[in-house]
Amino acid sequence: MIKAVPKPLEEIIELIKDLHKVLVVGCDGCVTVCEAGGLKEVGVLSSSLRLNFTQANQRMEIDDTTLTRQCDKEYLDQLKDRIDAYDAVVSLACGCGVQYLVERYPDKVVYPGVDTCFMGVDLERGVYAERCQACGKCILADTGGICPIARCSKRMLNGPCGGSEKGKCEVNSEIDCGWHLIYERLKTLGQLDRFEHPVAPKDWATSRDGGPRKIVREDLRI
Amino acid sequence: MSTTSPSRLEKILAAGHLAVTSEVGPPRSCDGSVIEHKANLIKDHVDAVNVTDNQTSVTRMCSLAACIRLKLMGLEPVLQMVTRDRNRIALQSDILGAASFGICNILCLTGDHQHFGDHANAVNVFDLDSTQLLQTARMMRDEGRLLGGHQFEHRPQVFIGAAANPFADPFEIRIPRLAKKVAAGAQFIQTQCIYNLEKFKLWLKLGRDRGLHEKVAIFAGITPMKNVGMARYMKNRVPGIEVPDEIVKRIGGVPKERQAEEGIKLAIEQIQELKEEEGVRGFHIMAIEWEEKVPEIIERAGLYPRPQIG
Ligand code: SF4
Repeated sequence: MIKAVPKPLEEIIELIKDLHKVLVVGCDGCVTVCEAGGLKEVGVLSSSLRLNFTQANQRMEIDDTTLTRQCDKEYLDQLKDRIDAYDAVVSLACGCGVQYLVERYPDKVVYPGVDTCFMGVDLERGVYAERCQACGKCILADTGGICPIARCSKRMLNGPCGGSEKGKCEVNSEIDCGWHLIYERLKTLGQLDRFEHPVAPKDWATSRDGGPRKIVREDLRI
Repeated sequence: MSTTSPSRLEKILAAGHLAVTSEVGPPRSCDGSVIEHKANLIKDHVDAVNVTDNQTSVTRMCSLAACIRLKLMGLEPVLQMVTRDRNRIALQSDILGAASFGICNILCLTGDHQHFGDHANAVNVFDLDSTQLLQTARMMRDEGRLLGGHQFEHRPQVFIGAAANPFADPFEIRIPRLAKKVAAGAQFIQTQCIYNLEKFKLWLKLGRDRGLHEKVAIFAGITPMKNVGMARYMKNRVPGIEVPDEIVKRIGGVPKERQAEEGIKLAIEQIQELKEEEGVRGFHIMAIEWEEKVPEIIERAGLYPRPQIG
């Protein structure tokens, strides 16, 4: 899922400090799972903001709500009768949700309340790690199910580089060397022969390099 | 042995000589005289001079411009190219530009991650990796074709090299990785600085067992230690470099003012020992900001005078 972290409270205060009525909108999707922008975080942020402006003796009304998803028009529509009443919205959805909210309500100021980080997994509560960079052409079948694009700091397709040491990446010892993992995995699978064939330059046109991407699934369209 | 380029380095190897190369690091300014000065220190003692490409991700005068300076001095440069900073459009364009100046040795590298350098906040490119750059250079030379398919006539006549690090992990992948680079077009290999000779010899033997030494000319990488501080730094701080304790002890075991000489002696002994190894076809001497010592090392190691070829 998409992983995000809450923005520092001060940053959000700075964004809204000259306003008087703000709606904080959470999302039940990915940001709920990583505890950055779900119902609970919306509650915490709203109370903190209220407390802050009360203490500062500043007139500020903070309301909150959480939608099933912000990347879906149907749920965004649920705000239509009330959104006009606010000077701005702080969305705790990922960057996709924030932007879709803007598209749905083009006249409304919408601020992001989280920093969207990557697509990843939950290693444990509060620990998330990147696993995919959405290159648009999955190569996991060739690399033992471990992605060198997401997990090698230099996204080498023919790694490992000369900086790999004791299973760790040259960038720092907190990062597992993706190619070390691939090697171990290919060995386990008895597929080390796969490694020796040079992998040709990748077509990055399906990645972000091709420009903003869009999927049109004719089979699904009504 | 037939050659693929006008490279003197290639001819020296083809004639069966041990090759000797070294390198100069460009300055962090536009002072071209730095390159000329460093090159003048070593030019009579080496067959070709590598120019590093923003090594350790520190921004410097570009490798291509510095190579052109060497070429204009009548020297034989090896253009180091990393894939960190330039995409396939720029890399191919640089190969064409280099070849237009008669620069005919290129070393294909992925490059250190930018976090090591002076612009840790930069984007990295890595459109290609070193292996793919090898494939690309070979295709340009042998097929007169760019990755995008464009066919052209004046092909870059280049002798193509790559790096290998026998000391990085996992060790068992290092020979398959060498084989992969050879399959991708590497004709010569410059290794990481060697301090653990036993491990290097094992790596070489595993390469020989697969006949790789007959397909690619391996240059042993030699870096003299200036003092015990450098030995410790290399041991503890540089990823992918293995410095055995004995070496730190040996350099540290002599008084400070004699440590440099001890480092030079060690480098010479290493060269002499490795000369005897089947599969070592040359030496690449990387005397980091210590170029003035390169001639002495080469002379004392019995690698001077250099063959007059090309
Ligand atoms: S150490 Fe491993 S993960 Fe890090 S850049 Fe090198 S190959 Fe990639």
